[in-house]
Amino acid sequence: MSAHADPHSDFSAVLLAPTFACPPGLRTWNGSDPEKRFAVYRNNVIVSLVDALADSYPVVQALVGEDFFRAMAGEFVRRSPPRSPVLAGYGEDFAAFVAHFPPAAGLPYLADMARLEWLRVEAWHAADAAPLPAERIAGLLAAADALPQTCFTLHPALRVLTSGHAVVSLWAAHQADDADNQATALAEIDLAQAEAALLVRPALDVVIIPVDPATASFFRRLQAGLPLGVAAGDDVDLAAALGLLIRHGGIVAVARSTA
Amino acid sequence: MSATTLSRPTALPRAGGVGLKPEHFRTILDTRPAIGFFEIHAENYMVAGGPFHHHLERIRADYPLSIHGVGLSIGGAGPLDEAHLDRLAVLLDRYQPESFSEHLAWSSHNEVFFNDLLPAPYHAGTLARVCAHIDRVQERLGRSMLLENPATYVEFEASTMAEADFISEVVKRTGCGLLLDVNNAYVSCVNHHRDAHDYLRALPLAAVGEIHLAGHAEDVDAAGDPLLIDSHGAPVANAVWDLYDFAIALLGPQPTLIERDSDIPALSVLAAEAWQAEALMARHERKAA
Repeated sequence: MSAHADPHSDFSAVLLAPTFACPPGLRTWNGSDPEKRFAVYRNNVIVSLVDALADSYPVVQALVGEDFFRAMAGEFVRRSPPRSPVLAGYGEDFAAFVAHFPPAAGLPYLADMARLEWLRVEAWHAADAAPLPAERIAGLLAAADALPQTCFTLHPALRVLTSGHAVVSLWAAHQADDADNQATALAEIDLAQAEAALLVRPALDVVIIPVDPATASFFRRLQAGLPLGVAAGDDVDLAAALGLLIRHGGIVAVARSTA
Repeated sequence: MSATTLSRPTALPRAGGVGLKPEHFRTILDTRPAIGFFEIHAENYMVAGGPFHHHLERIRADYPLSIHGVGLSIGGAGPLDEAHLDRLAVLLDRYQPESFSEHLAWSSHNEVFFNDLLPAPYHAGTLARVCAHIDRVQERLGRSMLLENPATYVEFEASTMAEADFISEVVKRTGCGLLLDVNNAYVSCVNHHRDAHDYLRALPLAAVGEIHLAGHAEDVDAAGDPLLIDSHGAPVANAVWDLYDFAIALLGPQPTLIERDSDIPALSVLAAEAWQAEALMARHERKAA
């Protein structure tokens, strides 16, 4: 009888540490070294979690290649294993890890691509809400004098990204259905160009729409609950920006601010 | 209704089912294939909204549903994660599944979730903890659950009970049912050099409410002896079909799920395996008649 009464702690101490010996107190029917058998558990843990990250970050993986991605994601898993069995929320801080991962330092846009892909995951699983019909919104906006006090509730899936790099174009280029189209699209991208995007889920798919940085900031201010008069800066084409939201089902409620 | 029907620990049909994968949502809704039931992993649907719920609601409206948890850590050292139980209760309330099942395994420790089904020694301490956890699950969810026998790769010096005896005792003490994973039984028996028929016969077979079938991968241990890995990434192996045949001869027809979680083929490939299970059950029915 072994003195090791706590396999949970023994396993936990070494599952994510590939160079540590397997836990004590294991038995095999043929007396073989249990290390090889324990390696199945180690492998399951790392591979399944790296797979989960690969599902969430397909374009990051495409940008660095599968081998690099799996090595980087494996490092992340060992440092930041999940704290919840709901893996839809796992990997939120992957972008921050990528930003400080020295081997990826040559790709300064990589962390922002991870941010964009994470926002896409969030938008994908966010709560459902019925968009306000365009006619209702048009009617509410007709009262021009009250317009500056109007507040909007945006769709729960709506997200906004701003980046110092051309990650929105880069993401779009990776959606091309064949290699030639992708190569053409990639060749036209100036990676140093700052870009922004609106992410919305008008039906079942998340749509990523390039917007200018001023419009992105405007959407962020609306999302924070600021009335239109405060949210709209001088540099925003208000009609175009609101039109974009309405077309993609981004507004679920409109109210007058009493403040 | 007979007494055996009343005490049956599941409301799933005695038919072939398939694990539900997002890759197959569209095909299922467009073609409504003759599949006996679908099973989901509970944790994948613990999200606020979006396409997963959209499709599951529509599929559930037309098919019996099994909800299968993979993250409750029933074999864990600490208390159950009550927040996770709350999420399960919400999901079960929303979809009203014909069956809820979880694993004889642990996956979380000190707030780290390992996303794997890890083994525990079979002794009085684990037995008391597992039974307390199952009591709590059944109390919180207001229904009885099925417990799945594990696929394991190591055994513990500290174990004092055989796995089948351990499971029998859990079923006796908690009143839970058994999800007999025939692939797990086969994998564990090969890995630990046990006779799979003896193992099955030692299980509390009257409590079986569902069967799982899946594919495994083959490796070898440090001595060169076979080490099977429960990969869910291949068709059901012939040896597992043979063991299923043996199980159905003992049990009669059972809700039988084809599990596939990686290298996922077209739905028709999985449906064909589900129908193969139904054909096998029908052969036994004819023999019995």
